[in-house]
Amino acid sequence: MSSSLYRARAAKNFIAQVLAAFAALFGMFWLVWIMWTTLSMGISSLNWALFSEMTPPPGAEGGGMLNAFFGSALMSLLGILLGAPIGVLAGTYLAEYSSKSWLGETVRFVNDILLSAPSIVLGLFVYTLVVAQMGHFSALAGAIALAFIVLPVVVRTTDEMLRLVPVQMREAALSLGVPQWKVTMQVLYRSALPGIVTGILLALARISGETAPLLFSALNNQYWTTDILSPMANVPVVIFQYAMSPYENWHSLAWAGAFVLTMFVLLISLVARAIVLRNKMTHD
Amino acid sequence: MNTASIALATSARDTVLPMTPPVKVSARGLNFWYDKFLAVKDIHMDIPEKRVTALIGPSGCGKSTLLRVFNRIYALYPKQEAKGEVLLDGENILDPKYPMNRLRSKVGMVFQKPVPFPMTIFENVAYGIRHHERLSKADMDLRVEQALRQAALWDEVKDKQKESGLSLSGGQQQRLCIARAIALKPDVLLLDEPTSALDPISTSRIEQLIEELKQQFTIMIVTHNMQQAARVSDYTAFMYLGDMVEHGQTAQIFSNPSKQQTEDYITGRFG
Repeated sequence: MSSSLYRARAAKNFIAQVLAAFAALFGMFWLVWIMWTTLSMGISSLNWALFSEMTPPPGAEGGGMLNAFFGSALMSLLGILLGAPIGVLAGTYLAEYSSKSWLGETVRFVNDILLSAPSIVLGLFVYTLVVAQMGHFSALAGAIALAFIVLPVVVRTTDEMLRLVPVQMREAALSLGVPQWKVTMQVLYRSALPGIVTGILLALARISGETAPLLFSALNNQYWTTDILSPMANVPVVIFQYAMSPYENWHSLAWAGAFVLTMFVLLISLVARAIVLRNKMTHD
Repeated sequence: MNTASIALATSARDTVLPMTPPVKVSARGLNFWYDKFLAVKDIHMDIPEKRVTALIGPSGCGKSTLLRVFNRIYALYPKQEAKGEVLLDGENILDPKYPMNRLRSKVGMVFQKPVPFPMTIFENVAYGIRHHERLSKADMDLRVEQALRQAALWDEVKDKQKESGLSLSGGQQQRLCIARAIALKPDVLLLDEPTSALDPISTSRIEQLIEELKQQFTIMIVTHNMQQAARVSDYTAFMYLGDMVEHGQTAQIFSNPSKQQTEDYITGRFG
C-alpha cells in the first residue's frame, strides 16, 4: 500500500476518534452539570431532617421529605409487584408459547405501542379507570399507573431474554421427557434470570421519577400517611409543586429531592449493569 | 476421498458383527412435512439394536429431520408433522396415544451445540432423573457417577461436581450432555452432528465414546463428516432430497455402493 494512502487513512481515523471522544465528553458534560446543579442547589437541605421530617407547610422553616420518600418507595414497590409478575408471564407467553401465532404477534405489537405511550396518557387512563370510580385520588391509583409503565418494559425484556436462550437448550431439556412448563421454570428462567432482573430494575428506575401519571392518580399529601386508599406524597410531584412555589426553603427541598432521586436512579442503573457484567463473565 | 482406504479401515471390524442383529426401531412409510414442504419421503428402514447407524447426505437432505422424528422433538413446532409409522420395540411412537414421557425416557438425544443447563455439573446429570424417578441422595449420587463414568467424564469432574456446567470446555460440555442423556438409561441414543462444533481431539474422544456406548445403546448419528461415519458406524444410510437412497452395512456402502448417487457423494463428486 502506498504511504500517502496510508497517511490519508490514519488522518481520517484520527478525525473520527476525536469526533467520537468529543461526543462522549459532550454527553458526560451535561450529566455532570445536572448532578452538580442539583447537589449545589439542594445542599442546604441535604441533612438528616430531609429524611426524618415531613414536608413543611408554606412559610415554615426547615422540614424534610420523609412522607414523599415513603410514598414514592411504596408506590414504586407496589407498581413493580403489580406489573412485573404479569409482565414476566406475558413475556413468557410471547417467547415460549405463541410461536409466531397471530395472537402473539398482535400482543407484541400492542406492547411496543404501550412501551412508547406518553406516561401522561397512562395517568389519564388510570384517572378514568380508578380515580373517577373511587371518587378520590389514592396511592393505589398511583401504583396502578406506575404498573402500566412497568408492564411493557418487563414484557419486552422477558420476551427478548428468553428468545436469547439457545433453542437447543429447550430441545435438550424437552428430550429428557420434562414437560414444557417445567423446562421453562427450571431451565429457561434460570438462564434468562439476570436479563429479566435487569429489566425489572430498569423499570423501577424509570417509574421512580415519573411525575405525570402520579399527578392524575396519587396526587400529593402534605402529611404522613400509610393508607393506600388516600392521596399520598411522592418525590416527583413534591419536586414539581415546591419548585413552582415562591418559598426559598421549598426550592432547596425540591433540589435536594431531585438530587436524591437522581442518585437513586444512578444506583439502580449501576446495579443493573453489574448484574449484566457478572453474568457475561460467567458465560465467557 | 479414497474409498479403498475406508474399506480397509472398516472391513476388519465388520467381520466380527453377527449377521442379523434384532431390529430396535423401524420406519414404515414415514413422511415428514415442514408446513407444506415434504422434507422426508416415504422412508422404510430398520435400525438394528446396539449398533451405530450413521445418517449421511448433503445439507438439506432430511437426515436431521429424520433423526428428530425418532423422539418427536419436532412436535415442539406446530407446523411440523410426521405421517406414517415409527415402531420402537414394535409400538408406533407416532400414535398420539404413545406417551411422550415414556418415549423421551427411552430415546435420548444429543445436539450439535453443547448446551449444559445453567446449573452445576451434578445437577445437569441429575435433572432428567429427578423428573422420572424418586431416588435417595446416595442412589442419586451413584446414578450421576455412573452416567459420568459412561460418558468418560468422571475422572475430569469428580472433584468439581458442584461447579457450573458452563465452566467446562466445549468437548467436556458435549460429554456432559451425553451423560445427561444416558443418565435416564434410554434404549436409543440420537446424536445430531455431535462433534461438528468440537476440535479434533475432543471429536476423537467422542468417537471412542460412541464405540463404547453401543454395547448398551442403539445409536443413530447424523454426520457431515464421511470419515466419521466410516469410523464409528456399523450401518450407514445415505439420504438425498428427502429420499433414502441406500441403507446397508457401512463397509459395503463405502466400498461397494449399489447406487451411483451414493458413490458420487462419498467420493466427493457432489454434496
